[in-house]
Amino acid sequence: MGIRERLSGNEASAIAMKQINPDVVAAFPITPSTEIPQYFSTFVSNGDVDTEFVAVESEHSAMSACIGAEAAGGRAMTATSANGLSLMWEMIYVASSLRLPIVMSLVNRAVSGPLNIHNDHSDAMGIRDSGWIMLFSENNQEAYDNLIMAHRIAEHKDVRLPLAVCQDGFITSHSIENIELIEDEKVKEFVGTYKPEHYLLNRKEPIAIGPLDLQSYLFEHKYQQAEAMRAAKKVIADVSADFEKLTGRKYSFFEEYRLDDAEIAIVCMNSTAGTTKVVVDELREQGVKAGLLKVRVFRPFPAEEIAKALSHVKAVAVLDKSDSLNAAGGALFEDVTSGMYVNNVHVPTVNYVYGIGGRDTTAKDIHGVYSDLQEIVKSGKADNPYRYFGLRK
Amino acid sequence: MSEVKINKDTPASQMTPGGDIYDAGNAVNFKTGDWRSVKPVFLSDKCKQCGLCFPVCPDNAIPVKEDLKRTDFNYDYCKGCGVCAKVCPFGAIAMEEEGVK
Amino acid sequence: MAYNLKEIVAKKPARFTAGHRMCAGCGAPPVARMIMRALKEEDHAVVANATGCMEVSTFIYPYSAWTDSYIHTAFECASATCSGAEAAYKAMKRQGKLPEDEHTKFIAFGGDGGTYDIGIQSLSGAMERGHDMTYVCYDNGAYMNTGIQRSSATPHFADTTTSPAGKVIPGKMQARKDLTEIMASHHLPYVAQSIGVNNFKDLYEKAEKAIYTEGPTFLNVLAPCPRGWGYPTDMLMEINKLAIDTCYWPLYEVENGKYKITYKPAKKLPIEEFLKPQRRFKHMFKPGNEWMIEEFQKEVDKRWQELLDLEEITNK
Repeated sequence: MGIRERLSGNEASAIAMKQINPDVVAAFPITPSTEIPQYFSTFVSNGDVDTEFVAVESEHSAMSACIGAEAAGGRAMTATSANGLSLMWEMIYVASSLRLPIVMSLVNRAVSGPLNIHNDHSDAMGIRDSGWIMLFSENNQEAYDNLIMAHRIAEHKDVRLPLAVCQDGFITSHSIENIELIEDEKVKEFVGTYKPEHYLLNRKEPIAIGPLDLQSYLFEHKYQQAEAMRAAKKVIADVSADFEKLTGRKYSFFEEYRLDDAEIAIVCMNSTAGTTKVVVDELREQGVKAGLLKVRVFRPFPAEEIAKALSHVKAVAVLDKSDSLNAAGGALFEDVTSGMYVNNVHVPTVNYVYGIGGRDTTAKDIHGVYSDLQEIVKSGKADNPYRYFGLRK
Repeated sequence: MSEVKINKDTPASQMTPGGDIYDAGNAVNFKTGDWRSVKPVFLSDKCKQCGLCFPVCPDNAIPVKEDLKRTDFNYDYCKGCGVCAKVCPFGAIAMEEEGVK
Repeated sequence: MAYNLKEIVAKKPARFTAGHRMCAGCGAPPVARMIMRALKEEDHAVVANATGCMEVSTFIYPYSAWTDSYIHTAFECASATCSGAEAAYKAMKRQGKLPEDEHTKFIAFGGDGGTYDIGIQSLSGAMERGHDMTYVCYDNGAYMNTGIQRSSATPHFADTTTSPAGKVIPGKMQARKDLTEIMASHHLPYVAQSIGVNNFKDLYEKAEKAIYTEGPTFLNVLAPCPRGWGYPTDMLMEINKLAIDTCYWPLYEVENGKYKITYKPAKKLPIEEFLKPQRRFKHMFKPGNEWMIEEFQKEVDKRWQELLDLEEITNK
């Protein structure tokens, strides 16, 4: 049996990092992820971990130091949010292209500007095509569990890609909820030791990392990354299965909540799924066949599996907590609908951009979405697929 | 240094991930001698082995042997910059047009 | 052990190999090679390189000109990258994941663009944090890799592609930033300015000191660029000599706050001697532009005097 606790998402993430005991943590303070390096540096100061904590002067240097550390042969972790991730952006691509399985706790927050410290997913969406594996977490438990699984996935020889565990800023990061932690020894055993095949500190085989990679080679190296991302699906499934054996907690690419017989469905990520579950239960009591598909694995995107899971419903709403500002729908919407189209699933689907800059997402809002979906089912028409809720137009 | 097996025809499956090189220093397999338009000629009888030319060569093309004496240029790498000829106080390095004898 | 160039070149391996693709006559390779030779043979090194001439010419896939471990990530973060590798080394060593009796040294190389400008934050951060590493700036006084654009290391009045000597503005209108002094102000255990000259003794000894002084150390080394400066490729060593004999590039070190000028020219040459052979300063020699040379000379004299004063004050 695990250890029952009450922790915020940030505390849970910091404890996961303590149990993982990485070689290097390099981080820079930014709301709302600041607490993670705060808690972690306390573990370092008290000798609870073997980690070298590098209190860098910027997020750009945080990711650069993580790259140096991981390339050297160590395990490197960091945490950031919003503008911190924006400043890292250049190095985010370098990390994945150098095939370094760095693990990041990404506490989602609106990217400037104007400045806003509250939750949305605009930071995460900025790196969606960067070659990082991205796992989303509904609550503190999932943020913790995803971190415990992260290294096994990222470091797998078929993968070797960096990984970000997302959770909603403040909503999850600062809310204290019940959680079940895994015993230190069991985490240690589950995560295992990192044994890279080639690394800078192996003096028996000095290596060179990060070449000038010209026309004859970059395409193939990018293809290798793409292949690794495709291979990650099986690895994620395998590691999740092992994790279920350890904890009894089941994780798939996505969670289907009362979806199997649903007629209308919402697709969303992170904490909004919690609110949606409450609404689904209420609607079910009223006899409305509402369901939810909560995406956990956003990269690699399980397009085929999602299309299949939604193939039987009559209307779908995809909720994007970030506006792509492209006049054609949010990122999750684009991925879900393209997955459906390619897999020959033709269900009326609409997009809602919501919750920008920490705008509250209430059960009433979600009820509104389901009643819109009922309307679509009734009329058979989904006019204006690009919608908003919670916005004063 | 083993031969470099990766070239522009190598399929992705056989290329090193991330562009890593596991054979450090393998650039010695890449010859830069054909960049040269002028060529240093070592006049060994004039050379006093003073050592001034040893460290200045950007291309490590002046071999120095265990007996601490330099030998003839390594034309595989010499790019013909002429820095060595200019530092030689004894006129032991002459610069000649490449291809002219 | 007394410095013996022949012994060093003959017996210590060139850890920066031939087969790199830097320009003919480039001032940087002899500098990098000699610095790498300052490593003890039994020690392994991790080299972090900022994007720049040196990086794009020494590690073109699938060829690396470094026999030690080497990493390049981006332009502005060689210091942070190096500091991460050093942190991993410390942590892994502490946990017994690496052999106890074997040593790895950490050396970062960056050009002046990657050091004085875009990389200064990363450099300042890594030095302040106290990582056991040596940062080497090979200063060629402009963004040479992208085609001779001015940097904050570019000397006053120099004609570059983004500070062109035009009809109204005669080249770069600002004097160069003094990065060595900025690094000295970080109160590092060892900071030095050097150059490749004569038998390279000055450079080798400073590199050895920097690498084997515990903690963060900094070396600033002038590395002329025949293309960017506009002088014939074979003049490298003469240009270097003129740089130190005019006191344009003073050779000195700051060891735990104590300044020591390691070369004082017997006869300080006028700055024209350094400027004249270089095309980038050509416009300064046009009639009517004498004021530019005067101003340049004044700046050189002022900085040289400051250095003499610092040496005196810190050795009292």
